[in-house]
Amino acid sequence: MKKTNRETIITAAVLLVVLIGAFALDAALPSYHIAIKVVKKACVYSLVAVSMNLLNGFTGLFSLGQAGFMLLGAYSYAVLCIPVAKRAGVYQYFDGGLVQFSLPEIFSGVLGGTVGPVVGMLCALLVGGLIAALCAYLIGLPVLRLKSDYLAIATLGFAEILRAFFQWNALGPLTNGSNLLKNYPDLGGAAAYVILVGLFIAVILLLVNSTYGRAFMAIRDDEVAAEAMGINLAHHKRLAFIISSFFAGIGGGMLAMYMGTVQALSFKSAMTYEILLIVVMGGIGSITGSVLTSFLYIASLEWLLRGLDSGTFLGISSPIFKNGFRMAIVSVIIMVVVLFFRKGIMGDRELPDLFRKKAKKEEVSGNE
Amino acid sequence: MQGLLPYLINGVSVGGQYALIAIGYTLVYGILRLINFAHGDVFMVAGLIMVYSSATMPIYLSIPLVLVLTVILGFTIERAAYKPLRTAPRMSVMISAIGVSYLIQNLAFYFTGGLPQPVTNPIPWISDNVTLFGESTKRVTLVTPFLTVALVFALVYLINNTKIGMGMRAVSKDFETAQLMGIRINSVISMTFVIGSFLAAVGAMLYFTNYPSVAITSGGMPGLKAFVAAVFGGIGSIPGAVVGAFLIGISEELIKGLGYSTFSDAFTFALLIVVLCVKPTGLFGEKVTDKV
Repeated sequence: MKKTNRETIITAAVLLVVLIGAFALDAALPSYHIAIKVVKKACVYSLVAVSMNLLNGFTGLFSLGQAGFMLLGAYSYAVLCIPVAKRAGVYQYFDGGLVQFSLPEIFSGVLGGTVGPVVGMLCALLVGGLIAALCAYLIGLPVLRLKSDYLAIATLGFAEILRAFFQWNALGPLTNGSNLLKNYPDLGGAAAYVILVGLFIAVILLLVNSTYGRAFMAIRDDEVAAEAMGINLAHHKRLAFIISSFFAGIGGGMLAMYMGTVQALSFKSAMTYEILLIVVMGGIGSITGSVLTSFLYIASLEWLLRGLDSGTFLGISSPIFKNGFRMAIVSVIIMVVVLFFRKGIMGDRELPDLFRKKAKKEEVSGNE
Repeated sequence: MQGLLPYLINGVSVGGQYALIAIGYTLVYGILRLINFAHGDVFMVAGLIMVYSSATMPIYLSIPLVLVLTVILGFTIERAAYKPLRTAPRMSVMISAIGVSYLIQNLAFYFTGGLPQPVTNPIPWISDNVTLFGESTKRVTLVTPFLTVALVFALVYLINNTKIGMGMRAVSKDFETAQLMGIRINSVISMTFVIGSFLAAVGAMLYFTNYPSVAITSGGMPGLKAFVAAVFGGIGSIPGAVVGAFLIGISEELIKGLGYSTFSDAFTFALLIVVLCVKPTGLFGEKVTDKV
């Protein structure tokens, strides 16, 4: 499918507007403003949702281990980035902990005070991703032989095992047991998150459009046929699993960054479900859909629908608007989408497809 | 060994409660090939209904009420969330199940205000303390295994000797052929959910008698563990689910007794992964070959 110039230009323009918008937000609002928080969190969720989409939507491997890989990334980031001076306070029950260095500080020693910390934080994120990828490789050896719902439940189980493991007291010097990890630095404002996540998603997009991506989709559509066409099933499944986990790990690291504290307890299977439902709402197999839905979901939960919980929404006050009502509303909407709009917001279309001229759209759908 | 005895007794009891939930998973999986992720939440809702009803009405009203409401809930979930997707790919149904689970938890959060609801009025007789082998425990611990076994025998009788049971067996063997033979698929499937929810309600009443409160997340863990039990025993097989549940309940409590509480949950999932990799059909499961 060759894209015309017009679509490419409009797509680039939209992305540019988003970027400028993020910079404008950073410049206009204080860093604790809700809009900036929403953009940051939505970016993180976008990345994780896209990574899950790569596995569940493009490769057809129904995995529910995302929270586990995010946990690995989050802990790696936190452990590697807490300033040395603050370690004694964080690891107060474990004699200051095992790790006695901090990547941002090391790099700021080498590269100076402005570039160094950023490089250090990015390195910590990458380390988190690599650890998640390594774990994915190991767990994939036995687990990827399973099919559909068995794979789902095995990966879910794996995530739960990881969570228990990280809360184990014997690992306390590294993971701080079941206590919080905190005091590590944040990368910056909304623009930094948008750029970083944009880059990672661009990498995933390139992958999806490569021969590997096509092989993944062939596996999703028909395993037997794909194998007959000479695609090495085991190899490609493992590859998709590892890459998806790598980005989930990075997403976890960024989530840690955004939240400011990390605790194994919060990486429950409910988190995986939440991300899965975002992917489904956006359209399984659409990266644009995952990103859009992440922003919609986070913006409505954290900001727009707040009123449903606190008593007044759109100027209407009602006693039924009490704590938890917005989640109830959102989950009803999710169920409606799951049951009646199974293609989600975007189906399997991407951003440039939206700007294609009407006639062409019909032609494309006629070919399918 | 003496120190482990109370844990062993507890394990048998917890195993019985898991068994009651596991049957719900295994029946539904046997017929729809669906992991009913919402089943753990149905169990949790049964616990909540018990807390609310036992606080306001006498025991002979509250127990039937819990059973009836839970059964209605299970029935409604099937009709509303799974029936429209009967011809859809299996993954869509599973996503729907996850969505239902999410919905139930959020609704429960809304109605409880997010606070764990204390079990103020546990069911009288079974929550009394008794002494067994010199160890003090609640009577529910002793009652559970017997009640479980009795219910399982009743269920097996139902499946082997009644018309609806025959329908269930036929549908689980071959969905489409059963339909062609004039079996009303929808009523058989509804019946499966009714039985599953009924047993989950019984399980919930026993389970939460031992706990101080019911939280909206209380259903998740027991639900997942019961599912593991069903897989361990061979999903689709009722005796398998029961044996698997007792084994998991006992080993979990023994691990707690040995002082590794953190790993009692992890053990269950490790067991799951090992079973899935070594013998995916479980202890009593039938081998299914995939056709191209």
